[in-house]
Parts: sequence; structure tokens; C-alpha cells
Amino acid sequence: MRVAILVFPGSNCDRDMAIAFRNAGARVEMVWHRKTSLPAGTDIVGVPGGFSYGDYLRCGAIAARSPVCCALNVHVERGGYVLGVCNGFQVLTEMGVLPGALLRNAGQRYICRSERLNAVTLESVFTAAYGRDRRVVFPIAHRDGNYFADPEQIKRLQGEDRIAFTYVDNPNGSAGDIAGILSANRRVLGLMPHPERAAEPAHASVDGAALFSGLLSEAAVAKSAA
Amino acid sequence: MPATGVLDPQAEAVLRALGSLGFDGVLGVRQGKVIELDLAESDPRRARDAVESMCIRLLANTVIESYMIEFP
Repeated sequence: MRVAILVFPGSNCDRDMAIAFRNAGARVEMVWHRKTSLPAGTDIVGVPGGFSYGDYLRCGAIAARSPVCCALNVHVERGGYVLGVCNGFQVLTEMGVLPGALLRNAGQRYICRSERLNAVTLESVFTAAYGRDRRVVFPIAHRDGNYFADPEQIKRLQGEDRIAFTYVDNPNGSAGDIAGILSANRRVLGLMPHPERAAEPAHASVDGAALFSGLLSEAAVAKSAA
Repeated sequence: MPATGVLDPQAEAVLRALGSLGFDGVLGVRQGKVIELDLAESDPRRARDAVESMCIRLLANTVIESYMIEFP
């Protein structure tokens, strides 16, 4: 499977994400924000964490209007897979690919620590691997991870089974304890915690590795069936 | 400005700080931002339309923010 990882000025988790995808068997290409198209044959796009454009205006706002995100929109509309982590999740909400927004943490502080999460739905290529006990540990590292959407939108997400992960101990005030959500076609996942930082034996957790390997194998199956 | 009903933790901190300085009677604080634009357009109506469009497409995120346009 071919993975394109977008790189903005200020991205700082792009290489970690590339390593996690490569370790899971993907061919990875890094794509600079000024590019107007993705590499031919891109199956999955990774939108990494960091502080794109210095978090100016709003986190992810300027990245969401960058040339490469026009190409990302085309990929999304074609039904392509997308994984947005941390700042990547913020970019996807700013683009309107995922509903809601990420506000300043309720406690105002930047929080960097491991969090226990529940994989709420198993009906996605990203979470299908977590069927055994649904409990994973991924680190978070953000100051603006407080998921907000109006109560009707939250109900819709719950009703459509689009909540991918919730926090066990909500660290940031997120509505509905939401840590990650899926698009309506279930092919786009945005989440604040970092699965790519929990993917190797040297990391504090290896729970994230299954997200990458599951995504690659399930997306490959879907591709060969298409 | 943060839209009504959206948690504004910065403003909450400002409210508490005002209280600790002895400014009683501040019932609420909302903290937003001001963006000044210097426009080439001289027709007020076209200028307002352009700024409206800028607000919708970039300057404000209407999921969490409301905005007001003022001309000097």
C-alpha cells in the first residue's frame, strides 16, 4: 500500500508516522505542503501532528487551506483512506472533512502523557484490530485537544457509530470523552492521541502498531475487492 | 469571539484573575481576537462582501466562533 504523509512547516510527527507506516509494510512518500497533487497511486494519506504554520490563527486553520489539502480533498472525495493525528485531526476538522473543532484544553495546559482509551467502534479499518478488550494506551501531547461539537452533532456521531476512541480519564474536557472520530464513510480517522508514538518495543506502549497494520491490511483487502 | 455555549477557558482564567484583583461585579468574560484588514477596495458594499467571504472561508471557524465586521 502506498502512503503519502503531508508535511507542513511546523509538522514534527511526520517522520514518526512514516516509521510506523513503514514498519507495518507501507511504501511511504513525504509530500510538502506546496504540492498540488498526491503521488500517483496513493492509497492512504497521513496528516501528522505538530504545529503547522505555528498554530497561527487557529490550530490547523492555515494548513487546511494549503495547496496540498486541495489534493487531500480530492483523495477524500474519491473515498481514499486518511489518518489524521493530533494537529492532523485539527487540520481535518478545519477542512470540514470531520465535524466539530478542537478547543483549548479545559485546564488550559499542554498535556503530555499516556492515556488509556477505549476503542468504541470496531467497524473501521483503523479499529477492527482492537476487538479483544477494546482498551489501548496511546500518549497525548497537546494544548488544543478539547473536542467540541454541538450536542446534536455528538448524538449523530454516536448514532452512526462514528466514535473511534474515547478517553477513559478525560484529560482535556472533550465532549463525550471523544478522542477520535470517523468520517461518514468510515475511511477517515482523526484522533488527538498518537498511535505512532506507541508502536515499537522501545515506546511506553505498542498498542498503536495494530492500528497501522490493521489499516494497511484492511485497506489492501478493500482495494483488491474493488 | 467564541460562539455562545462554547467553553472559553482563557476567559474563565481572566475572570478569576479580575476577581483576585478585587474587581467584583464582573459577571462574565469572553475573549476573542481582532483582525485588522487594510483593503484596496473602496466600495463599502463590495468591501463588506469580500470580508464576509474571508471570515467564512478562513478568518473564523463558525463551528466555534462568531464574528462581527466593523468599518472605521
